[in-house]
Amino acid sequence: MSEAINFHYVVDGDDFTSAGEASVDIKRKLRQLGVDPAIIRRVSIAMYEGEVNMVIHAEGGTVDVNVYEDKIEMILSDEGPGIANVELAMKAGFSTAPDYVRSLGFGAGMGLPNMKSYTDGMEIDTKIGVGTTITMVVNLK
Amino acid sequence: MKIRDIKELLNAEVLCCDEELEKEVNSACGSDMMSDVLAYVKDQAVLLTGLLNPQVIRTAEMMDMVCIVFVRSKKPTKEMVELAKQLDIVVLATNLRMYEACGRLYSKGLGTLKENGEA
Ligand SMILES: Nc1ncnc2c1ncn2[C@@H]1O[C@H](COP(=O)(O)OP(=O)(O)O)[C@@H](O)[C@H]1O
Ligand SMILES: [Mg+2]
Repeated sequence: MSEAINFHYVVDGDDFTSAGEASVDIKRKLRQLGVDPAIIRRVSIAMYEGEVNMVIHAEGGTVDVNVYEDKIEMILSDEGPGIANVELAMKAGFSTAPDYVRSLGFGAGMGLPNMKSYTDGMEIDTKIGVGTTITMVVNLK
Repeated sequence: MKIRDIKELLNAEVLCCDEELEKEVNSACGSDMMSDVLAYVKDQAVLLTGLLNPQVIRTAEMMDMVCIVFVRSKKPTKEMVELAKQLDIVVLATNLRMYEACGRLYSKGLGTLKENGEA
């Protein structure tokens, strides 16, 4: 019973067109599992922001979603440039995204704060030149 | 109002999911910034946008929206329409600009949402 159900995704960093595919798929999977729609929305928005970040700020990466009995855990891992100042990056409106990203509809600096507000727990493990791993948890109970 | 009313008020073309036109919607938002939609939108059912890429469809899906209106004669690609179809999202296209499209819907009672989430 306490076995987690795992979904694993590889996020392509070269192709903005596909950014968000994993989040759309997770939304469908969680619906199939019968998870509460309000929870699904929080999980999928948080993951979508993280997935788009991996494409625009890193060179893609992997996402693991673990569905436990009492929580859903998302682990987003990339080998991108890392985040120099996490506290600053977490500020609403802070963004290093270039203008072409804004012309694609992103880069308002709301992603990380949004991920934090939609989840019950978020941890950022990052090292310059090595990569970033973001772990988010949404409680089911 | 129904999605069908939106189509008529905006003289819009239906690009997919016309079987969903009778669906009731009670609020909408207009934006070209998907970041803002993700951060500030609560329960709006309709997205009006002048942005044209697959992330528009995916953003609407993340927000549980049921209808996307492309303004300013923007025509989504076949792939984008196919994606919307899979997700049961009605796609409309109008020649109107954002300001007028939003204005027409707003004046006919399609509002935003109040703080308490009521339409
Ligand atoms: N996976 C990542 N790798 C490197 N930098 C990142 C990553 N995610 C976020 N950042 C940094 O944090 C900043 C803020 O992120 P976010 O709040 O999502 O805003 P935005 O993506 O709109 O710039 C980004 O501009 C970027 O500098
Ligand atoms: Mg972001």
